[in-house]
Amino acid sequence: MHEVSLIENVIAMVQQEQAKHAFARVNLIRLKVGALGHAEPDALRFCFDAVATGTIAEGSRLEIEIIPGEGWCVDCRSAVPLDERFGACPVCAGGRVRMTGGDVLRLAEMEVE
Amino acid sequence: MCTVCGCGTASLMNAPANEVQAEGVARRAHSHSHDHDHDHEHSHDHGTDHHHETAFAAIDFGKGLAGVSVPGLSQERTISIERDILAKNNAFADGNRSRLTEAGVFAINLLSSPGSGKTSLLVRAITDLQDRWPMVVIEGDQQTSNDAERIRQTGAQAVQINTGKGCHLDAHMVGHALEQLSLEPGGLLFIENVGNLVCPAAFDLGEACKVVVLSVTEGEDKPLKYPDMFAAADLMLLNKSDLLPHLDFDVDACLAAALRVNPRLQILTVSARSGEGLAAFYAWIEGRAAGALGPIARLA
Repeated sequence: MHEVSLIENVIAMVQQEQAKHAFARVNLIRLKVGALGHAEPDALRFCFDAVATGTIAEGSRLEIEIIPGEGWCVDCRSAVPLDERFGACPVCAGGRVRMTGGDVLRLAEMEVE
Repeated sequence: MCTVCGCGTASLMNAPANEVQAEGVARRAHSHSHDHDHDHEHSHDHGTDHHHETAFAAIDFGKGLAGVSVPGLSQERTISIERDILAKNNAFADGNRSRLTEAGVFAINLLSSPGSGKTSLLVRAITDLQDRWPMVVIEGDQQTSNDAERIRQTGAQAVQINTGKGCHLDAHMVGHALEQLSLEPGGLLFIENVGNLVCPAAFDLGEACKVVVLSVTEGEDKPLKYPDMFAAADLMLLNKSDLLPHLDFDVDACLAAALRVNPRLQILTVSARSGEGLAAFYAWIEGRAAGALGPIARLA
């Protein structure tokens, strides 16, 4: 379950931010997670409280924005939504779709005080 | 002070002395002490002094927070960050990659589920190729040094990383393992990742290429079930081909599934037991290494 490692990375980044901008508590941490990426949002939520305990992020809410998958269909010559990494084009049903987005994994922002 | 991150490593577990004395291997003993004012977080614990006594001490990253490793007033306000969560790992990976490139070493990250035959494949490859290339190995497992010991029996240097409860190697761990290995120009580094078809796909270790091993006892739809791993790989080895006469495994369906996930994936059918297909695998390594490093230095 590499989501534990990912959340530990998030908390380390929050601690780095704390060194730059003094704050006493974190109310909200907002992540952007691609629908076609390798991280499972439910697993991230599941381990967040456990990993955050005893850190500056303890008690913070975790919000995850899912970034939808996107591809480029070579046959349609257009950007198309993509539900699976290797999915067919939803317009022409062709298989020549190159994934162009939806595997992001970012710490977007946080609300602190 | 460690060159990778300026910190201490995880706890070091020395291999028995009689297993660390491979002929021609320089013992690079050093010790260092550190203060703890570095600016990134480590969940693994370590004493203030430790000794890298041998080139083959096992590294245990499972002693820390949650049993895995981390590569690191008054008014409410929003801080925009917009940084990749894996940025820290990727920075360590870039460091490893520069170090390997400068050393002239071609690194292969070997990935698969447990039991696909990665270690047997490595033992066979090292035995077949040891007159051709200097080779060193980093072994990743949750526990035990069994795999590193199997590799050392071939005469090659091997460092075992134990990840504890961690399900993958990360670039920070590999950086520390590199400190223990003698990197020779024109040599190969095999990194055998933790047996897991999911998590290791996300972590760049600084390798030149990823090779995924799938064995014919696993089921032909594995690439569709675990697409991230096959999408990230440069080469797939379909291993244990010697067992095909005894199984209902549909090779064509498996190859089609792998190519559906990754149309650029190169695929070789091999058997570490019979040797089938291994010449093609070695030629693939030679071609890729030559492209990455220039002509490979051959040992006489």
